[in-house]
Amino acid sequence: MARRVKIVLQAAAVLVVAALVVLLGWKVAEKEDGRGLSGALERGERPHAPELAFEPLDGEGEIRLADYRGKAVVLNFWASWCLPCRTEAPLLQDAWERYRDDGLVVLGIDAQDLKSDARRFVERYGLTYPIAYDGNGASLGRFGNTGFPETWFVGRDGRLVGEHIVGEFDSEQLERNVRAALDTPVR
Amino acid sequence: MRRALLLCLLGLLAFGGVAGASEQQPTLAELEREVICPTCKTTLELSDAPVADRMRAFIRRRIAAGDTKSEIKDALVAQFGEAVLAAPPREGFNLLAWLLPLAGATVALAALGVALRRWSRTRAAPAAVEQSANGRPSLDPELERRLDEELARFDA
Repeated sequence: MARRVKIVLQAAAVLVVAALVVLLGWKVAEKEDGRGLSGALERGERPHAPELAFEPLDGEGEIRLADYRGKAVVLNFWASWCLPCRTEAPLLQDAWERYRDDGLVVLGIDAQDLKSDARRFVERYGLTYPIAYDGNGASLGRFGNTGFPETWFVGRDGRLVGEHIVGEFDSEQLERNVRAALDTPVR
Repeated sequence: MRRALLLCLLGLLAFGGVAGASEQQPTLAELEREVICPTCKTTLELSDAPVADRMRAFIRRRIAAGDTKSEIKDALVAQFGEAVLAAPPREGFNLLAWLLPLAGATVALAALGVALRRWSRTRAAPAAVEQSANGRPSLDPELERRLDEELARFDA
């Protein structure tokens, strides 16, 4: 009887350790996925953009990246306390106004930020493009982002295209990548 | 004994009073210890990240507005999720985080108790050998019983 109990306890201990190892492997693989996106773009590949679904900064419902399939998307990760984001905001608003009729969507992901601060930022810069709110920054790891701002471009086919811009972009860089995203086929 | 119980009761009452005051009139310092910065994943008191500064300003405003500690924490959880709390709330699935260490400690104490008991028995065994009347090691009781039976059968 005592031997059977011992065997059961040993099996349980092995199972717990195995579960922890699997969990560790899964977390590492998840992070590697994010880091891999940037590398894949640099190699000229076009990986699928990870799925995102967050509440809008203002309003009800959910903003999902998949809902913009068929359109080119500028995905800009920002926060109100990020200084370079203040320079980028007017450029993004300008791109949105100029290219929205051509099928461009600028999607701001406000992460690790207070809602009240983010709303003031939006009002101050007169931003009218959709903004999703990701308070705890869950989206950052999925893309392998390491700071703010970071910008990705998604083609009409849902795949990443152009450059992954870490830090502040200039208007030429934005224009070049917007055009690359708009030029992608729908499928 | 009575005095000890009285002291415990007074201690509990005093603790309850402090906890109540802290809930109604929280300070920035205590909330800084109970809230996590979403960027650096440390408590606010250890973080100098820009978002931590903004969170401190938010907490100050809410304290000035007369919010309770729970209301301030709820407002932060609504924006940053439960991960913003240094200690998980004692409800639902999060109860596991409180109960598992207690259960682990109980199991460890029980295991230690059993191990100590066994250890003391094995230590006590040689003493029993020394207590043998004829100076020789005493027999196992079961063996002794069987020996008596065999001898009785032999005599018969």
